[in-house]
Amino acid sequence: MKELILKVNNELRSVYVESNEILLDVLREKLGIKSPKCGCERGDCGACTVLLDGKAVRSCLVLAVEAEGHSITTVEGISAEKLSALQESFIQFNSFQCGYCAPGIILAVTELLEKHPKPSLEEIKESIAGNLCRCTGYTPIFDAIMDLTKGDK
Amino acid sequence: MSLAHEFTYERPKTVDEVLLLKRQFGSKAFILAGGTDLIVNIKEGMLTPDLLIDIKEVAELKKLSLNGEMLFIGASISFDELIDRSEVQSYFPMLHDACKTVASHGVRTRATVIGNICSAVPSLDSAPALLCHDAIVHCASFDAKRDIPIREWFLAPRKTALQDIEIVTGISIPKVPESAGIYVKLGRYGGEDLAQAGWGIMLSRDLQYRIAHCALGPVPKRAAKIEALLDGNELSDSLIAEAIKLIPEEISPITDIRSSKEYRTHVSGVMLKRGLYAARDRLHGKKVDAAKLLGGIA
Repeated sequence: MKELILKVNNELRSVYVESNEILLDVLREKLGIKSPKCGCERGDCGACTVLLDGKAVRSCLVLAVEAEGHSITTVEGISAEKLSALQESFIQFNSFQCGYCAPGIILAVTELLEKHPKPSLEEIKESIAGNLCRCTGYTPIFDAIMDLTKGDK
Repeated sequence: MSLAHEFTYERPKTVDEVLLLKRQFGSKAFILAGGTDLIVNIKEGMLTPDLLIDIKEVAELKKLSLNGEMLFIGASISFDELIDRSEVQSYFPMLHDACKTVASHGVRTRATVIGNICSAVPSLDSAPALLCHDAIVHCASFDAKRDIPIREWFLAPRKTALQDIEIVTGISIPKVPESAGIYVKLGRYGGEDLAQAGWGIMLSRDLQYRIAHCALGPVPKRAAKIEALLDGNELSDSLIAEAIKLIPEEISPITDIRSSKEYRTHVSGVMLKRGLYAARDRLHGKKVDAAKLLGGIA
């Protein structure tokens, strides 16, 4: 076991891990951060997405030890004080049903909007091409993002 | 929760430290860059390393530079970093197309080009561009360095010319002057999928053609017979029809979960034709979206 200091949602957390522990499992089981979900466990579904130094990564394919010295952001961090405008828009458009894919999609789109505040529909589709949603057919997800980013809103 | 297999983890700061570890551990030490293939392979029990060497803090391996005629990509450079560089799009459009088709954004932020060629699966998207540019793979062991031309790199599915005590430090990719290229990838749907077939097509103003494919045989390769037929000739429907007749001699596809060999052979003709005209359009300054070439599904 090794003590690791991880910066999670702007907070330094100490955790004891083995080299072969996966970041997703450490976040969920040892740090109590439950928004990243375990889906396919091989990087295909996007349910485990977290932001590592602001960029979307698959936490099921990252070792916890690799994350030392980097900044991890999850949905808990994004909505620590209040829901983000993006989350509000998703609620307004009823974008999710079961919600399993929601944390991954919220983080992927949060990263997109940092880079492109007014993305095209193509850019939105590309940003969540690796986040599988089996409930909605994606349309209400796209609608919520398009509505949020149009005009001066 | 942890992986079923146990290993040691090291995060050295210099190439020498990496090479020393590699000399000590040989085939039991694996280089960890993006981990998007490696961790999956460990999870599935395909690999049982004693040691993972994380190279992401080795400054020398993070280099990404364009010096005159040569693009150098260090071993820990991710696809995402390449996509973001305008020089890559301007001078290496085929490579840029290919990078954009690898998996999805959340994988590309970690996955590396060097990891792609080291995994060496038959469908690797970066191969046709590297083959068309005659890239040079830089390898090092503790005692020696050597350069391997990309055409001699791929030996068999998942097997490369790299030796157990060696690592890849980077890859050099020469510009091809007065040329334009495009990577045409067929997947089953938009978004992330492995290639059912991939064709890299490049032509230059003096009508020299460079053509390579992936997912159509055990290793990606250049299509020398098609190149020889096309070289020196202006494109026409009749010339391309002749080129398409050579496709069965150039590829050796299999039938698998993604498509049948008959379909792969047939669709290669469609891809070659559209790709050739699209590369010519790009050479003449026209914008072409490679992802739209096959009806926007790839």
